Amino acid sequence: MGTISLEAVSRWYGNVVAVNGITMTVGPGVTGLLGPNGAGKTTLIALMAGFLSPSAGTVTLDGDTIWRNTEVYRTIGLVPEREISFGYLTGRQFVLANAELHGLTDPGAACQRALEVVEMVEPASRRIGTYSKGMRQRVKLASALVHDPSVLLLDEPFNGVDPRQRLHLMALLQRFGAEGRTVLFSSHILEEVEQVARQIEVVVSGRHAASGDFGEIRRLMTDRPVQYVVVSDDDRTLASALISEPSVVAVGLRPRGGVDVSVTDLGEFAHRLPRVARDARVRLVELTPTDESLESVFSYLVGR
Amino acid sequence: MNSTIIRLSTQALLGRRRGLVLALIPAVVIALAVVIRALTEPGTGYEIVDAIGFTLALPLVALLASSAVLGPEIDDGSIVYLIAKPVPRRSVVLSKYVVAWLATLALGALPLLLAGLVLDSSEPSQAVAWALGGAVAGTTYTALFLALAALTRHAVVIGLLFVLLWEGLLGGLLSGIRWLAIGAWGQEIAASVSDAVTAPGTGLLYAVLAATVLTVGSVWFAGDRLRSFTLRGDE
Repeated sequence: MGTISLEAVSRWYGNVVAVNGITMTVGPGVTGLLGPNGAGKTTLIALMAGFLSPSAGTVTLDGDTIWRNTEVYRTIGLVPEREISFGYLTGRQFVLANAELHGLTDPGAACQRALEVVEMVEPASRRIGTYSKGMRQRVKLASALVHDPSVLLLDEPFNGVDPRQRLHLMALLQRFGAEGRTVLFSSHILEEVEQVARQIEVVVSGRHAASGDFGEIRRLMTDRPVQYVVVSDDDRTLASALISEPSVVAVGLRPRGGVDVSVTDLGEFAHRLPRVARDARVRLVELTPTDESLESVFSYLVGR
Repeated sequence: MNSTIIRLSTQALLGRRRGLVLALIPAVVIALAVVIRALTEPGTGYEIVDAIGFTLALPLVALLASSAVLGPEIDDGSIVYLIAKPVPRRSVVLSKYVVAWLATLALGALPLLLAGLVLDSSEPSQAVAWALGGAVAGTTYTALFLALAALTRHAVVIGLLFVLLWEGLLGGLLSGIRWLAIGAWGQEIAASVSDAVTAPGTGLLYAVLAATVLTVGSVWFAGDRLRSFTLRGDE
């Protein structure tokens, strides 16, 4: 339940292609939709939320077409990037209105529960116009949670939110994912995605650049040199021995000890490193991958 | 229809500065009527009802009301919060229409009756006629302007052009425009109630039919636009 499928989806505006032949499935757990600004993330979320018709392909929720199907909102909760302009309502009035629109049997209780989840019970009696960015973001989340949806779509939920509230939001998303909900959020900031999502979909220029968990994406990119730091009891000897290996393309000595190694063939390197060290009579102390960060994957994908 | 949408739209209509402007328009009409009545004989200055109240104030109130319930939410995209719900979009539009329509009746058509009675209480049928014609015209104006608000963010400008240029200026010069002018249809209906009102000459049947078709068609169109509402990013 709660799986959104995109099949060969394209969306164009006149001559501009915003989304180009994307096929992806978003299921339970937290998925990060990552890409630079203008990559088509908002377009994709609009397609998944039924606020955009695909020019080609199909977008479905558990097999049902999403476009022009208001029944999907019983399952989907949407947190758009747009600000709430209902500044004349209090937070509670706004969330309550959302609960009523869902036709819940006890909208008051649902509203209270959603406000508790996002920890906005106390400020809920104030007008939304007086809220900080982070509070507005949490009220938006509460309004999307009020009907206990199994799918939650969030467009740039961490934008402009201060660090403390950001951590709180991240913890919430992780919790929803652990509860078995399908949570998809977009971000152009790598660290955010890295901290919250296990499944990552990378979109660059309207194309689906990569998909998978982070390690998987890395393993897909075998033609890309991977950086390691090897610490040993004799770095210089190790470095000279390593540079003769075909799987190694570059070696450098670190000022504070350790050897930077650029590796093209991971498997071969893993196989050869212990032998090389033994033959050179060097004791290995530590082996660390240095760029297991999304930053490097991302810059690689963008530059590809 | 949806009571939550009705409540929120009412708050949007009255809770902002628009609410004040909306109330100001009929207040000016009635104030003018009171001043003229105090300074002149009964029966003079009835143009307040006809030229100002019916031709100008009524469509303005309808324009402000219908753009207030829908325009800002569509412009800034915040309507997604209301329509990302298992509520048929047509029912959302109908609810918003009802709010704008009631506001137009209360602040656009009712003042015609009051101003008419103030100016000439000896002949209430003329005031009733204008109010009735105003109610019908207001119903259609509100629907048309709601459709405009659903169609374009320049709804207010286009609505003003329609009222001032098309119905006002051109309608006064070219009599053929009566076939395509909501005000003329309303006046036709008013003329059927009181002989004091000049009939523009479309015939009662045409006026009623045209007003009905345009009203239903416009609300339908607005609902259709909302069903296809597209969320655009800043990118």
